[in-house]
Amino acid sequence: MCTPFSGRGKAFAWLPAGLFSVAVLVTPLTFASLLYAADSGDKSREAESSLVSFEIIDNIHSKAIPKSLTGKKGNPKRGEVVMINRKLGNCLACHHLSRFDEKAKALPNKYGDMGEVGPPLDAVAERYDAGQLRLLLVDAKEVFPDTIMPAFYKVKGLHRVLPDYEGKPILEPQDIEDVLSFLLTLK
Amino acid sequence: MKRTLFLTLVVIAFLGALISTRTGVAGDGRTKSVAPLVKDNPLSNLWSGFYYAKTETKDMQLDDFENPGMLYVEEGEALFNKTAGKADKSCASCHGNVAVSMKEAGARYPVYYPPLKRLINLEQRINLCRSEFQKAERLEYESRELLALTAYVRHQSKGVPVRVKVDGAAEPFFEKGKAFYYQRRGQLDMACSHCHEGNYGKMIRSNQLSQGQANGFPTYRLKWQGLGSLHRRFRGCNKQVRAKPYAFGSENYVNLELYLNWRGGGLEVETPAVRN
Repeated sequence: MCTPFSGRGKAFAWLPAGLFSVAVLVTPLTFASLLYAADSGDKSREAESSLVSFEIIDNIHSKAIPKSLTGKKGNPKRGEVVMINRKLGNCLACHHLSRFDEKAKALPNKYGDMGEVGPPLDAVAERYDAGQLRLLLVDAKEVFPDTIMPAFYKVKGLHRVLPDYEGKPILEPQDIEDVLSFLLTLK
Repeated sequence: MKRTLFLTLVVIAFLGALISTRTGVAGDGRTKSVAPLVKDNPLSNLWSGFYYAKTETKDMQLDDFENPGMLYVEEGEALFNKTAGKADKSCASCHGNVAVSMKEAGARYPVYYPPLKRLINLEQRINLCRSEFQKAERLEYESRELLALTAYVRHQSKGVPVRVKVDGAAEPFFEKGKAFYYQRRGQLDMACSHCHEGNYGKMIRSNQLSQGQANGFPTYRLKWQGLGSLHRRFRGCNKQVRAKPYAFGSENYVNLELYLNWRGGGLEVETPAVRN
């Protein structure tokens, strides 16, 4: 029903990028591209927001954002900090990671109380490639429409957001890249 | 003969197994789940939030002398019997023996109220009584007095299975409550259902997600260090997903209250419950 990540991972046999590639989303940065987005109608989901542009590639068997949101590589050490921070990624609220079991005992405030709502993150980089993981971080609902997992880089299409958070994504683009680079170490 | 006896035993065992999958007893031996009253309830087994509470918290709730919510119930009793307003009446002036007159009320609210053409909950019924019959000022939502009176009244229904009316005039409001329940909201973009229907029983950080049942409210929460209404809990949940909460007593929340009580139909009223 609403179980997140309900076993659809198998459908993610990754095909060579570009084989069936269709760009489904272009987020414009400039005024000119804003106009373009308005004209093209359906592509304006992130328009008028301050989000950086990115492209979701949908090749039927797999959706992904192959390119870095910032054009830079992520820093896995910083990614770990972002992911465990309860005000930022707070990934451990829902996900367990066996690699942290020892740290959870030593530093319970940071690594303790790992949740069980989402699937464990162990070996997540063997199940998904970088582009797929990037999309799951940006907006997991693109892949699992009913998931409980928040979109960490999305500001449109949300309902009654508290004023303090309105128009702001949960994470900044470099946060996403850093968390991603940490997740890619989980093999 | 032996064969008939054997077959009978097999049938009994089968029926027993069938029933035990519908309801269950928790490991503590003190919590029973109940089968929902209606078959279209999305939950196949209903568990009160009591089940998810820690042992010490359960102990505290079950002992009237330890249960801090009972202080409010006692205050509510005093208020119930005290005259208020220009009509110089108390609640008891009209309602008499509260153990009889209020035995069911706490299990039936919210109800459709024709003069206002919408639902009212227990808190709002109390305030209507104050303005209509006692000619007294209305009590602020979440004030100590209104919480105490509500807790006292609902406490009379303790042990009575919740059963709310959701058809007839109440139906459109029930439908709105249901839509609210499944509406994603806030920066975290979650609906009530994501935690309380799809993931109850699982740990989210150090908290175990419950079914989000309403049968213990007003509830004494250790986190609040006080008694609080269901709408206070709604507001807390909304803020946790970084969504704008609605006002106490707002129509959206009363509709949701009806829907939740329907989801929990069959669970016994526990007011005042104790939770973490």
